[in-house]
Amino acid sequence: MHASVRPAVSVNITPPVTTSATRETAAPAEMRMSISKVNFWYGPKQVLFDINLGVATSKVTALIGPSGCGKSTLLRTLDRMHETVRNARLEGQILLDGKNILDQDVTQLRRRVGMVFQRPNPFPKSIFENVAYGLRINGSKLPMAEAVEKSLRHAALWDEVKDQLHKSAYDLSGGQQQRLCIARALAVEPEVLLLDEPCSALDPISTAKIEELLVQLKDLCTIVTVTHNMQQAARISDFTAFLLNGQVIEFSPTPQLFTKPTDPRTEAYITGRFG
Amino acid sequence: MNPRLRWRKFVSNFMLTMTGCCALVTVSVLFFILGYLVYHGGISINWNFFTKLPAPVGETGGGMANAIVGSAKLLLVATLIGVPIGFLGAIYLAEFSGSKVAFVVRYAADLLNGAPSIIIGMFAFTLVVHPFKQFSTLAGGFALGIMMIPITLRSTEQFLLAVPRTLREGAMALGASKWKTIATVIVPAAYRGILTAILLAFARVAGETAPLIFTALGNQYWSHGWTEPTASLPVMIYNYALSAYDDWHRQAWAAGLVLLALILVINIVARAILSRGVSVPRA
Repeated sequence: MHASVRPAVSVNITPPVTTSATRETAAPAEMRMSISKVNFWYGPKQVLFDINLGVATSKVTALIGPSGCGKSTLLRTLDRMHETVRNARLEGQILLDGKNILDQDVTQLRRRVGMVFQRPNPFPKSIFENVAYGLRINGSKLPMAEAVEKSLRHAALWDEVKDQLHKSAYDLSGGQQQRLCIARALAVEPEVLLLDEPCSALDPISTAKIEELLVQLKDLCTIVTVTHNMQQAARISDFTAFLLNGQVIEFSPTPQLFTKPTDPRTEAYITGRFG
Repeated sequence: MNPRLRWRKFVSNFMLTMTGCCALVTVSVLFFILGYLVYHGGISINWNFFTKLPAPVGETGGGMANAIVGSAKLLLVATLIGVPIGFLGAIYLAEFSGSKVAFVVRYAADLLNGAPSIIIGMFAFTLVVHPFKQFSTLAGGFALGIMMIPITLRSTEQFLLAVPRTLREGAMALGASKWKTIATVIVPAAYRGILTAILLAFARVAGETAPLIFTALGNQYWSHGWTEPTASLPVMIYNYALSAYDDWHRQAWAAGLVLLALILVINIVARAILSRGVSVPRA
């Protein structure tokens, strides 16, 4: 009950000291996306309540919270993937570079806002064709081979696959497949990359590789990631939003959220008392 | 051993034997038919069967070259009618329709699939033969094509629905429109299954007789073009088997062997395509 008197953080979720200096100053960052007054329903069931959130340019924003809190749903509204579900309804405003995404052509939007899913979902095609897919469907005139190599390098996969580009993507390990999916998303040069628990189906070593990769990718695009894993959020993100029952309970720079949470529910969650 | 236990053991063994026998009967019916056909057809079949026209009544010899070509033409027309309609209909069902429409269409397809083939023949007669006053390859192909629609539709739909949702999302998240997603990801992922479905539908109608009797009719000579009555293997078997001549019975057996061999080969090829690996592994 008296959560506030407890120590807020256990040792292992303290963010790494090396990066915290830059994070402290991140507060007045430029916003790539801003979500305001978003309410969301699946049929009659409301799953998001009055969400307000900013996504800072070239930063990693993490969404954490227990299962079913709406974090994946919130992520999917950012590239309007929720529209693939019947009976989904969204109210509110989501801006990308100041323009409402709900008024835009959805295929154009999804080129600018890429997505990586929970389980690796490469297409039943070769490694090369997987990465080239986004360019091909968008009728890109870029030299394909160069673009594919560039994306695979960004996804830290090039050295592992450069000699087997024409093998099936299913010959790769799970971790490699997930990095291939990241390369596939990067190929169309999105401004924002959304990741829906990208490591939840992977082993610790693959997870470490992807975490490292995400931190590097910040220079290339803005990242929003959903994660179950609080240590992961602490390690890789600049900002963290804690969601509970479809509401944003707390949204602050990551070190602050994990060391000095202002809401007792946040504290209870990050100290592992539920969720 | 007490009597109760002995009784239980007896029941267990008895049931095991019963179920095993029933399984054996199922398999042996096929092998019995095959063996019988191979025996009777094998001694009757010769090169003339594939190259000669049927001999006039009273003469022995001759073959069924016109029926073999006729069947091929009928099946070509049937495939051109049945496969596109079944395939595109399945795409609509699996990807676009609401659950109510899908239910109605599925139900209708299943009913059509169960409709006696002679009814389909009557329908084709009324629609295609009667207005033009002409039995033809087109009319026969039309009847067979209608029979292919529900088979192609239902199985193609199943294979499309088996493509994981995550693949669709992956394509759409890259900015692919719904049609692009279907054409470049979903259909390629399901193509083995779809090909199998088409082959099985083809094999299914290859042996149909009833719908052809009053659409393609039959012909003792070559059928030229697409608008003349044509011979076909199933109808030839029907006519020859009912005839009074031993030589015609012999020819009917040979035709039966050829037809069954064709259908078996298509079935085996279809299974082989499917088992060469599902193109999408389980997630």
